[in-house]
Amino acid sequence: MSVTQVITADTYDEDGLPISSGLMDPKLGTIEPGQRCKSCGNRVGECPGHFGHIELARPVVHVSFAKLIKKFLKAICRRCARLKLKDESFQKYKDRMDAHWEKFGHLNQEIADEVLKEAGKATTCPHCEAEQYKIKFEKPTTFYEEKMEGSVRLTPTDVRDRLERITPDDSYMMGIDTRVTRSEWMILTVQPVPPVAVRPSITLESGVKSEDDLTHKLVDVIRINQRLRENIEAGAPQLIVEDLWELLQYHVTTYFNNEVSGIPPARHRSGRALRTLAQRLKGKEGRFRSNLSGKRVDFSARTVISPDPNLSINEVGVPSEIARTLTVPERVTEWNIEDMRELVLQGPQGYPGCNYIVRPDGKRIDLRYVKDRKMNADGLAPGYVIERHLRTGDVVLFNRQPSLHRMSIMAHEVKVMPYRTFRLHLVVCPPYNADFDGDEMNLHVPQSEEARAEARILMLVQEQILSPRYGGPIIGGIQDYISSAFLLTRKSSIFNKRQSCQLLASAGYREDLPPPTILKPEPMWTGKQIFSILLPKGLNLSLKARICQKCDVCQKEHCPHDAYVLIRNGQLLAGVIDKKAIGAAQPESVLHRIAKDYGNSEARRFLDSICPLLVVLITNMGFSMGIDDVILTPTAIRQIEQILSDAEKEGSKLVQIYEADELQRLPGRSLEETFEMKMIEILARARDNAGEVASQQLGLDKHAVIMTGTGAKGNALNLAQMAASVGQQAVRGARISRGYRKRTLPHFIKGDLSPQARGFVVSSYRKGLNPIEFFFHAMGGREGLVDTAVRTSTSGYMQRRLINALQDVKVEYDGTVRDSTGEIIQFKYGEDGVDPARSDHGKAVNIDVIIERVLSEER
Amino acid sequence: MNSVSKQKYVTNKQIERKLVQLRKRDTLPTRLIEELRKRLGDHKLTSAQLNRIIREISAAYDNSLVQPGEAVGAVAAQSIGEPGTQMTLKTFHFAGVAEFSLTLGLPRLIEIVDARRNPSTPTMNVYLDEEHRAKEQHAREVAQGIEQTRVERIAQTVEIDLAEGGIVVELDKDLMENKGVNAELVAEKLDNVRPNLGEVTRDKNRIIVTPELREGEEAMHMAKLQKTFDKVRDALIKGQDGVKRVLIKKEGPELVLYTEGTNLKGVLRTKGVDTTRTISNHIHEIAETLGIEAARQVIINEAKDVLDEQGLDVDIRHIMLVADLMTATGEIRQIGRHGISGEQSSVLARAAFEVTVRHLIQASVIGEEDNLNGITENVIIGQAIPLGTGSIDLFMSPSRRKKK
Repeated sequence: MSVTQVITADTYDEDGLPISSGLMDPKLGTIEPGQRCKSCGNRVGECPGHFGHIELARPVVHVSFAKLIKKFLKAICRRCARLKLKDESFQKYKDRMDAHWEKFGHLNQEIADEVLKEAGKATTCPHCEAEQYKIKFEKPTTFYEEKMEGSVRLTPTDVRDRLERITPDDSYMMGIDTRVTRSEWMILTVQPVPPVAVRPSITLESGVKSEDDLTHKLVDVIRINQRLRENIEAGAPQLIVEDLWELLQYHVTTYFNNEVSGIPPARHRSGRALRTLAQRLKGKEGRFRSNLSGKRVDFSARTVISPDPNLSINEVGVPSEIARTLTVPERVTEWNIEDMRELVLQGPQGYPGCNYIVRPDGKRIDLRYVKDRKMNADGLAPGYVIERHLRTGDVVLFNRQPSLHRMSIMAHEVKVMPYRTFRLHLVVCPPYNADFDGDEMNLHVPQSEEARAEARILMLVQEQILSPRYGGPIIGGIQDYISSAFLLTRKSSIFNKRQSCQLLASAGYREDLPPPTILKPEPMWTGKQIFSILLPKGLNLSLKARICQKCDVCQKEHCPHDAYVLIRNGQLLAGVIDKKAIGAAQPESVLHRIAKDYGNSEARRFLDSICPLLVVLITNMGFSMGIDDVILTPTAIRQIEQILSDAEKEGSKLVQIYEADELQRLPGRSLEETFEMKMIEILARARDNAGEVASQQLGLDKHAVIMTGTGAKGNALNLAQMAASVGQQAVRGARISRGYRKRTLPHFIKGDLSPQARGFVVSSYRKGLNPIEFFFHAMGGREGLVDTAVRTSTSGYMQRRLINALQDVKVEYDGTVRDSTGEIIQFKYGEDGVDPARSDHGKAVNIDVIIERVLSEER
Repeated sequence: MNSVSKQKYVTNKQIERKLVQLRKRDTLPTRLIEELRKRLGDHKLTSAQLNRIIREISAAYDNSLVQPGEAVGAVAAQSIGEPGTQMTLKTFHFAGVAEFSLTLGLPRLIEIVDARRNPSTPTMNVYLDEEHRAKEQHAREVAQGIEQTRVERIAQTVEIDLAEGGIVVELDKDLMENKGVNAELVAEKLDNVRPNLGEVTRDKNRIIVTPELREGEEAMHMAKLQKTFDKVRDALIKGQDGVKRVLIKKEGPELVLYTEGTNLKGVLRTKGVDTTRTISNHIHEIAETLGIEAARQVIINEAKDVLDEQGLDVDIRHIMLVADLMTATGEIRQIGRHGISGEQSSVLARAAFEVTVRHLIQASVIGEEDNLNGITENVIIGQAIPLGTGSIDLFMSPSRRKKK
């Protein structure tokens, strides 16, 4: 394996040339471009690198195997080196091991462990009857034999001697596959020196060469090894030799793993611990997770995202600068040769142009360095491949991290645009969980026809409208789209011809208007009519809107709040459209039915037409929220003040009862807990009542109420906090109680249990918080922030484990669900074989819809 | 044709015949057929319409089936993991008004997939048999039989009496009544504690436990007295070990017991308990007492409850797959390095997950080979992964075709 022995503990000489038989010996492979390898004659790309070796003056233990060596020493006889098992029990284990071998083709560690454990118990050897001593293992690499007269150290030489004498049959039983390894190899006599490519040196700007951590470690090993050898040869005292031997052991140990417990990590001159072999492999930034399971890719771009409501949901706006850098390989054929010539003529700077030409012999021409592209264009012939710029209509993958579900990477059609951000439609924000406060996203260009086909058929945004999580749409209207839909479809909204035409034109509707609902004084159309025009023909459905007041008896289409949505034959007959009808992540919505019954393309068409319409509508009507949205009448304010002061009185009464020790203990709760629970309940009720007063005051004429009512943004609590009272602030689920001794702030007397002293905020956001309230509010707010930070990391780890455990599981052709070894997990997926993504909110078939469809068609 | 003859509607009998036929064909799941039966009764249908409905339903069902190669595992993991980010971290939630707390949200979900041996809030829902489920008094009897009652809970004082050379227990009459025990029972139970505590003497509500001197011991050691004291104080008098508290709650027409702490085996043996419905939320306990299939169901129910409580909509099939994988071997395996991930057949996959170095060292010793069947392995070596479109291969050699 080795191409050279490494003797010199040095890398380069004064001229900067690698020293022969040094750590940078050219025989170990080349890392400089143009240079040929001294061992294999290849250049950088082809030379795989070659190992060298260091001959150790004395053997040393390989740390990673130290524990195993201990088990082995315990299990074998100190005299005859046989496994200390009686023949019959040996045979028993052997049968099991043979069976496993037969089945899996490798040894079983568990059986081997049992063997080692049992053999380790024997105090005399069953074969030669020699007395056995206890083996003591001192971390990380030292072994002792505890004899009567005291512990005797076993040097690596002694250990190796014993391991060497283990018979192949015994090895087999101890879990050593002698085809691939031998037990004495756990003690090193020669240390491999990895190729330079593994430990490249870096030349700093100043010209100073800086060596890799591994090279540093190897220098240490060679240096000490040299000293050890010299001392042995010079016949130095035993003590000195042993010290050096120990030192060699330390360096070899830290070379393999610099985080071994029991010894200090080897450090760089700067005091930073060295990153040696084990550290390179393990952990998130290690070779496995960072370079093998995850790889860096070409043909990708990343930039800030911004919204563009005029795109199709399937599209992504790509800055022209990026479009000129990313390329798609296209084969030149007889049919496209003229177009391809044109692209080549445009070159890398023009657009649409081309960056590279790949000739049939595999040679690449970089058009950046070609002066006269005319020649290259004329030289084009079928069989050439040109790498042309990304163009409008190409399909690309678009991704936002964290990629928590498959909708985090979807295929979009490119639309090349000016400026420097990626543009996406707002409706695809929910699946990506994107907003525009500085989010960045990645874009990847598929390079093969197969990849493009898969992207288009399986990954296109419209194909992902229905989420596999619950079998409903995950894509849909958000925020202002919902407010706007409400404004459009509420009973009071009517539009004259000019307005109607403008709205429908923005939706891309080019046909005639339906007959107007109002004829005089001028023809007017209702918002519901306009909405209906964009619905697919024949759609039938009914649902309760988000604004539904949940009356005891539902009056259905005669709902006084217009909250019962009724669509018959593609006409919105009653009800307003809000979050429940076109919102994102709303199963059983209008959007869901369209996607399910009319297909993804129809759903995309619907969104692509309704969304721009809604934008135009809300832009024309104007929609904003100001402080007057949360200002109440003086009577209401008085009412709220009354509620809050009543609660305060009730609270202080409770405190009195508690302090008088007259409080009735709740079962299983301490007195204090009972008190706190009652107090929290009183205060929560007060806040809710105050909020109730506020919400009665604020009607649908306030935009803030429209937003909370339709589900566009915010909830009733947010409104109550703005208009009425912010309410109790909590830390760790209890009223705020920490800070000073027996009080939260020095403004209170000790032991004050009143609402104000424990974080109850009486003021509303509108009124403003006093300094004490503000402080409590900040405490509660901080907890929320910490919570979010902790949650992302814990849930992220759970997700990683789930993915790792389940990623191999797939459906086979026989309908069973199996893991990668073919083990059956389920005989039929989900017991009915139904794919949630193709299901109707979990159900295989929506019978009602089918019956209704059949009946209405035949009528 | 309808205009000519009067419209004829199919009778219920005809529908029934159709449905039985459908069932025999075994192309639709029974549940679907049952649902169809219910819905068809509400409408008047012609025979043509009925056929059409059945045809369309069959087509829709076939359309909704999973396709071979579908990465159902990855999708299930994502569907459960993704909502995790939206869950609250709040551990405690009060079930009802002032009762004990339950771990919910993300911590509980993690507990479930971890298959913890000691969940933070083990509870049981104990249903009662017909005799006991109606009246409060009867339910209380059962509750008393379940709730663990230790000496400490029914005694006024438990003290070391040096003069007596033993432990003196002063029992409280009211407390005893409340728990449904009497002094005789306490004495008897104390006498039955093994290893023997010593001599137990009772004088009405006063019980004295005198440890016996072992041979060679002259006087009573304080340490020994202290030990005995602890044992006496914690001695189980009544109920099931581990059931810390029992609550009686009205659930619809019947009374149900909720417990804090679990001991399913013991509770199922208690008289008055409906053994068919009583459950625990302790997965391992269920697996030991009721078997692995029951454990699978508990995993599904518990995970679904956690997600539902947070208002997160996740298809039951995803949770079922996770539960099935966890219980596939007949034992409960954790999702993580001590369970499923640690038992993967591929060295590379295991090394890529956690404890990288140990797996590599191990593999080098026993000479493991990697068959590259899994996902991680194929990602590592840079091949198409065997899932979805990657699980399909073309077994055609282009060169052979040329020869023809």
